[in-house]
Amino acid sequence: MTRLFSPRGWIALVAFAAALLLVVPVLALAVPESSALHLSQYWVGLCGKFLCYAIVALAMDLVWGYAGILSLGHGLFFALGGYAMGMYLMRQIGLDGVYHSHLPDFMVFLDWKAYPWYWSFSEHFWYCAALVVLVPGLLAYVFGWFAFRSRIKGVYFAIITQALTYAALLLFFRNDTGFGGNNGFTDFKRILGIPIATPQMRVALFMLSAAALLGTLLLARWLVSSKFGRVLAAIRDAEQRVMFCGYNTEHYKLFVFTLSAVLCGIAGALYVPQVGIINPSEMSPANSIEIAIWVAVGGRGTLVGALLGAFAVNGAKSFFTQAFPEIWLYFLGLLFVLVTLFLPQGVVGALRLLRRPAAA
Amino acid sequence: MSSIAYSSALDSSPPAGEALYGRMATAGLDTSHGAILYLDDISVSFDGFKALNSLSLSIDVGELRCVIGPNGAGKTTMMDVITGKTRPDAGTAFFGQTIDLTRLSEAQIAQAGIGRKFQKPTIFEQHTVFENLELAMKADKRVRRTLFARLSSEERDRIASMLARVGLAGAADRSAGLLSHGQKQWLEIGMLLMQEPKLLLLDEPVAGMSDEETERTAELFLSLAGRHSLVVVEHDMAFIARIARKVTVLHEGSVLAEGPHEQVQADPKVIEVYLGR
Repeated sequence: MTRLFSPRGWIALVAFAAALLLVVPVLALAVPESSALHLSQYWVGLCGKFLCYAIVALAMDLVWGYAGILSLGHGLFFALGGYAMGMYLMRQIGLDGVYHSHLPDFMVFLDWKAYPWYWSFSEHFWYCAALVVLVPGLLAYVFGWFAFRSRIKGVYFAIITQALTYAALLLFFRNDTGFGGNNGFTDFKRILGIPIATPQMRVALFMLSAAALLGTLLLARWLVSSKFGRVLAAIRDAEQRVMFCGYNTEHYKLFVFTLSAVLCGIAGALYVPQVGIINPSEMSPANSIEIAIWVAVGGRGTLVGALLGAFAVNGAKSFFTQAFPEIWLYFLGLLFVLVTLFLPQGVVGALRLLRRPAAA
Repeated sequence: MSSIAYSSALDSSPPAGEALYGRMATAGLDTSHGAILYLDDISVSFDGFKALNSLSLSIDVGELRCVIGPNGAGKTTMMDVITGKTRPDAGTAFFGQTIDLTRLSEAQIAQAGIGRKFQKPTIFEQHTVFENLELAMKADKRVRRTLFARLSSEERDRIASMLARVGLAGAADRSAGLLSHGQKQWLEIGMLLMQEPKLLLLDEPVAGMSDEETERTAELFLSLAGRHSLVVVEHDMAFIARIARKVTVLHEGSVLAEGPHEQVQADPKVIEVYLGR
């Protein structure tokens, strides 16, 4: 009970970490481009993106799989982390924009003469890094405080989180909001003064994302194997009983919801420099639903299922949107229906069922 | 026999009559006037239907009280009011002399020392039997403490002795969802006792139990009375007859009759509304 992983789990974790932190950098940077083993920048970028999605999937699994809170607004926290990092990256463009102004191009276009007050200090990396954590965390805390205090649960909670992310989407679409309207932030040049579009920087960002994912996995695993994790799962299964045992379940839900939002914000901040753009489409209700699908496909309440689901669904998405772009959404819908009907516990749950009779 | 460690933990309550005004019952409960629970003139209505109608009731320290009444008499609503699930429209509910139950949340009431067993056994089905008892065990149940909580060997012993006491020693590592209905009832009672409550509210505790299990439950409750106060809501009249000392009959949201079991059973009003049907 007190062990974080089984011996086999530790081996798998170390192998996973080594693949991400050693094999990928060597294949991308040290192996010559002519070799078949060379990993192109495209693949490094794509895998880096998936690592960020996997962090979001773990965060989602904590609230949904363990605490039973279905949030369909987690894309918002991811996007807010991305925007916070994007502000810094916009400041790093300096005078290299199209209009060669100290202001970002979209502000010049709007005929603004100076940065609005809420862009203050965004030229400092550490300030924006703090925003990455604080903005999603604070929003989740305030929103969760009202929602959990009012005992909003289940499908009602899911619907108001959809409304929340949709409201934010509309807000960020407006040019006057000061975050680039529907184009968002793009054309980043540098991060910490270092050019952003070099192979070395790509690999560095990939490794940072990998480290963040491993850290998230360890943290999540520690949480769910503690007494705290057992209380969360108990809230999911019989919240009344937990209350009558003397636990203030609002505090537990608020804690895990806020933590989950912070993890999403960090993932978003790592995502934006790798894909080179952040715009309000990340806040679309469908994006948040997709996050829930990753976790449902992989298997709720298992952590490893969330990882698998994020990689598998996004891998399929990359393949389909290139090979058969018009059928991707049908495929996604079909996948969700099939998983709900035949694999209610996701892929991991199905594997466990297969293994159990064999072991008996 | 296996309850030695458990009962010594319970006996740490302060001597009777020691006033502890303004302090939570986790430290001690002021029962200086001999009663642990007072309900006075409680009314609750749902959409015009009066579930409780000026209900007044008091339970003495160490008492085992049976509450009976036909369906819709307000038995479960009364428990909801005591445990903070339902707020009364009017009336007062006090735990001991000082704790106003109508102002506390469910969790605070549980912390103060009131344990509740639901009509339908409510346990954590996905958790093991051991974990069910671990989660219920009296402890600092705030988030920060729970994050870093570790079971001490003394706590493990307490869980082990409770497992033996409720007859689940062999099932400690089994998923609670796999237990039989009667075993689930016992596990829930075990969880209540792990909270070390001063007052136990038991809603139909022997529903679905075999005769032998019912008999063992009766013995358990009789052994608990004195150290705890118990309020038992039951329909099983044989069980009531086995454990009853004082019986309260509820009808249409208020007390119809109250007194020793034989006296209540002979009361013509009671026979008319309840036993006679």
